[in-house]
Amino acid sequence: MKVLIPTPLRQYTGKQASVEVAARTVGEMLGKLTTQYPDLRKHLFGDDGKLRRFVNVYVNDEDIRYLENGNTPLRENDTVSIVPSVAGGRQWLVASWATFYPLTLFTIH
Amino acid sequence: MALRIGKLAWQQLRRHGEETYPYECCGVLLGEIDGQGVKNVQEIVRCENQRTDSPHNRYEIEPRELVRIQREARARGQDIVGFYHSHPDHPARWSQTDLAEAHWTGCSYAITSVMNGSATVTNSFHLSGNPGAEDEGKYFEDEDIRVE
Repeated sequence: MKVLIPTPLRQYTGKQASVEVAARTVGEMLGKLTTQYPDLRKHLFGDDGKLRRFVNVYVNDEDIRYLENGNTPLRENDTVSIVPSVAGGRQWLVASWATFYPLTLFTIH
Repeated sequence: MALRIGKLAWQQLRRHGEETYPYECCGVLLGEIDGQGVKNVQEIVRCENQRTDSPHNRYEIEPRELVRIQREARARGQDIVGFYHSHPDHPARWSQTDLAEAHWTGCSYAITSVMNGSATVTNSFHLSGNPGAEDEGKYFEDEDIRVE
């Protein structure tokens, strides 16, 4: 089946945007993928051998976390997408402190 | 590094932040990256901010939406070249949260400052370094925005 490689990881797959891998499960696929492209492993997996928290793996439109994780079965015409998370936001800790600190003065007796 | 974007997409990107004010907007930049690392944005795709618990200072794009966007873009010969979001009443500079949650190295992260409902400055930052890094090993570099 086809495995779609996101932009940041293509430098480790010979710049290929997709790779064909024959596997029966997601776990087997990831094993074969990181065997063929060893540099991928440290970017997909943590030291504990688990997928990093920001690495999302989808089989077609389903997150493997809601399927069977590494045991999720794969079919020949499935498409697996590896998609790093996208999130962020403005800093607020200092602003919130500056907002709420004066309020605390009214509660001090 | 630089971000090239058409005038229409540029206006759409900034207007999105105004429409969602006082909450952060977010979206995807589609196009191609040339041999010099310049990101050529051909269109933007608006996304829903999944951080409904704290939308005024946090954003998140649902991975399922990214999967769909990526699949449809590839069918058109495009690729994900970056992302954009807004900072309501806050400078258009990346925060520690922005850096900690950024993992698409080689891509652009554009930020628009929306002050009192009006888009002011938009800056873009190229994410370099180790995509697998949780904190250290990756960094943002300022990059020019060329509106054409």
